[in-house]
This record gives sequence, structure tokens and C-alpha cells, in this order.
Amino acid sequence: MPETFETVANIISETCDIARDKIKPESHAINDLGIDSLDFLDIAFAIDKTFGIKMPLEQWTQEVNEGRATSEQYFVLQNLSSRIDELVAAKKA
Amino acid sequence: MQIECFRLIDRIIALDLAAKTIRVEANVPTESTIFEGHFPGHPLMPGVLLLETMAQASGWLVIGATKFTCMPFFAAVKEGKFRSFVTPGMALIANAALEHEGSGFAVTRAEIHCDDKLICDATLTFRLVPFPSPDFRDSMEKFASSIAFPMELARHD
Repeated sequence: MPETFETVANIISETCDIARDKIKPESHAINDLGIDSLDFLDIAFAIDKTFGIKMPLEQWTQEVNEGRATSEQYFVLQNLSSRIDELVAAKKA
Repeated sequence: MQIECFRLIDRIIALDLAAKTIRVEANVPTESTIFEGHFPGHPLMPGVLLLETMAQASGWLVIGATKFTCMPFFAAVKEGKFRSFVTPGMALIANAALEHEGSGFAVTRAEIHCDDKLICDATLTFRLVPFPSPDFRDSMEKFASSIAFPMELARHD
């Protein structure tokens, strides 16, 4: 996960022009870093390409909107990194 | 092209879902009120309309790739470059390739040529949204049919 977080943090820093040292594992992409939905598409594109996965953003958003999950589960970066690791592992399985 | 109603694609020449590419015709009209202002005595196809032409070509590719299940809405452009002027009457060919289909978004790489000369190119991002209504989808299907979209791809349960 630490390596995944580093990669994600670098993607966010480059994509959104946010200083790398402001991006922490406990940062919430939207609430703390101020990333909007359009910028998040760029981030999702870079993550998908880098890790060879397809992050299920629509499913996650629906779960949050319906109250079946919290946004922290998917958009706090250490949690996002864990989800990415799960998707990578599932693809390899 | 029907510039005034923003229908910029005349015909889909080829839609290859295995290769995730599309090739379309877009013929610039010889006359349009747009050329009266852009520019007086020196008519040029506006770059924003060339960009929209690439977006519409990409959009039909995305609609094909998603089997007419959602509508792509233009969301972002990167690395857009306008390399040559386009004048009334020019016959353009737009090509687009689906670079990535994500969850709720798609990214394409598109370009326009005229007589094998590269006119412009860009990387385009689209949000993919369910059709707002059955009527909207019906109207898109009718338009698709009119520009030779392979309608077997539009079939849905």
C-alpha cells in the first residue's frame, strides 16, 4: 500500500498542481485537497492506466449517494490506495 | 456539415469496435453566416468548430463502444493544436481512437485531415451519462441512422 499511495500522491500532485508535501495518506481527495469531479476524472484516468485497472467510480459514487458507504471509504487516500491494491489483486487472480 | 444546428458529421465511414476507432466525413459548407463574421472577406472555419467536429466523431465512437447505453458529454480537452487553416468547401476526414474507457468517463485521441494533411488534433475527455430520457435516445438513434451509424450496435434489451 505505501508504494501505491506514493504513486497516487504523485499522480494527484502532477495532475492537480498540488504540492506533494500537502498530500498525506489521511487526506480526503475532495474535502481536504479540493479536487473537483472533473480533475478527479484526470486522476482516475492516470490511475487506471498506471495500474491497469478500471476503478468503479460510478459504483462507489452510487454507494456513497445511497448511504451504503462513506466518501471516506473511497476518497481518503490511504483507503483509495487499498481499494486500488484490491483491484490490482483481483485482476491478477 | 449543418453548422447552424451543430451537426458537424456528415457520414460515418468506418466504426471499428475491435480497434476502437472511427473515421468520419465532415464537409465544410461553401456558405454559412458564420463566415460572415469569421472573418469578413477572409472566411475560415473556427477552431472551436474543428474541436467540436473531433468531439462529435469521438462521441459516436464512444456511443458505439458503449452499445448506445449512455451519452458522452464533452468534459475536457488537452493538447489541442490547430495546425492549418480550414476554408469553406473543404472536405475533412476526422479520425478518433478510444484511448481509455473508464467508469463514467472516456478519453479519446482525435485528429482531422484534409487530403492527408493533418489539420488539428487533441485529446478529449467525456463524461458518460445515461440518456436523460427515451425521447432523447430516440432522437440520437434517428440522427445516428442518418449518418450511417451501424444501427445493429444500437440494439438493446
